Amino acid sequence: MLTFFSFLVLTWEQEGGGSLIDVNPGVVFWTVVTFFFLLLILRKFAWKPILIALDQRENSIRESLDKAEKAKQEAQKILDENQANLAKADEESKKIINQSKIYAEKIKDQIISESKLVAKKIIDEASDEIERKKDAVFDELLNQITDIAVHAAGKILNENLNLETQKKIVTKYIQEITKN
Amino acid sequence: MFLSQNVNNVAVVDTLKRAAQNNSDPSWIMHHVLDGHSISFEPFGTLLLPQFHIFGFDLSITKHVFFIFLIAAILILISLLAARSYKKSIIPKGFANLFEVLILFVRDEIVAPSIGKGYETYLPYLLTLFFFILLSNLFGLIPYSVTVTGNIAVTAALASISFIVTQFAGIKSHGTIKYFKGLVPSGMPKLILIIIIPLEILGLFTKPFALCIRLFANMIAGHIVIFSLLGLIFIMHSIYVAPVSVGFALFIELLELLVAVIQAYIFTMLTALFIGMSVHSDH
Repeated sequence: MLTFFSFLVLTWEQEGGGSLIDVNPGVVFWTVVTFFFLLLILRKFAWKPILIALDQRENSIRESLDKAEKAKQEAQKILDENQANLAKADEESKKIINQSKIYAEKIKDQIISESKLVAKKIIDEASDEIERKKDAVFDELLNQITDIAVHAAGKILNENLNLETQKKIVTKYIQEITKN
Repeated sequence: MFLSQNVNNVAVVDTLKRAAQNNSDPSWIMHHVLDGHSISFEPFGTLLLPQFHIFGFDLSITKHVFFIFLIAAILILISLLAARSYKKSIIPKGFANLFEVLILFVRDEIVAPSIGKGYETYLPYLLTLFFFILLSNLFGLIPYSVTVTGNIAVTAALASISFIVTQFAGIKSHGTIKYFKGLVPSGMPKLILIIIIPLEILGLFTKPFALCIRLFANMIAGHIVIFSLLGLIFIMHSIYVAPVSVGFALFIELLELLVAVIQAYIFTMLTALFIGMSVHSDH
């Protein structure tokens, strides 16, 4: 619509100091010259440094991203390694625990068997001791019984015999009995 | 509202004068969009510019030429400031960020996809072109300023440079003979070639011609519409038209802001495309 308006004006306005579509060569000349110098100056002092800076920044961003990616991979690697090590250590510890369990079992069995032996020995010794004590007690009992018997016999016979002779006879008999 | 009033300050003063004369001659509009030998600061007076002729050519510094110099100077100043920001650190600060956004836009959205490989050679030219047109277009919206891209001589000059660069690009990548041979589709019957060759040659020139007219017409049209809308108030001799006129003028003003950016983009985009076409001209 705007374009239409302008052409309306173009055809309608032709008087007084030139029309809209008059191309003034002076203006063309100055425009070209100005544009040329503008291009030269801007290219050297503005576009070049700015574009180089932009490229540098883009490159540095790209590099940083690459570096970050690499660092991430490195970290992942280390993490994996750590995990592997951890798993290995876990296995090792399990093995150690198992071994020690077996060892402990062995020691337990050994201790139990040893203690059984010791107990048996103690029991044997005790039973020997008991046997011995029993013998001693039996001997004493025999003596006492002999004494009592002699006393009793003496009393019964009323001193018919000499005490000594009687004692010998009784002892002989008792020994004979015990021997049998 | 404020923007619109400010921008059309000069126009309003001038329009008032015409209305006082009770003159329905609309030539005052043209006075504002046409080139001249003086710069008008209406309530404060006018600045006369020197006129001189060299070798029979009128090389006077006209109003538009003066503003082209001004725009070029401002553009150099701005870009040097932006470039200096990159010297301190690779990460720009403040204003340079805005500049960088535009540079990246031109590089990544316009030049790189249009030309493809080897676009770096044409990047400085296209960047300069984009920023020059953008700044010129935006300058037209400043009070007391003029739209230099609304002068057909300026757009013709820019289009001619674009034409030369396009041809240079083609010759550089294919060699002179091969490039011009490549313009004509191969494997054509000789009879058709008689029609095709003039058409192709015409085609070479219509592209820059379209560039020239498109930018010129788009930039001048908005300004003429704004002046016309404001002029309605005085032509109709009624204060009640004023809110409508100012409202519409404000709308066109904002539209101009959009058009300023779009036209800079289109001119650069098409130039880049033409360069790309002549670099990869495989008919």
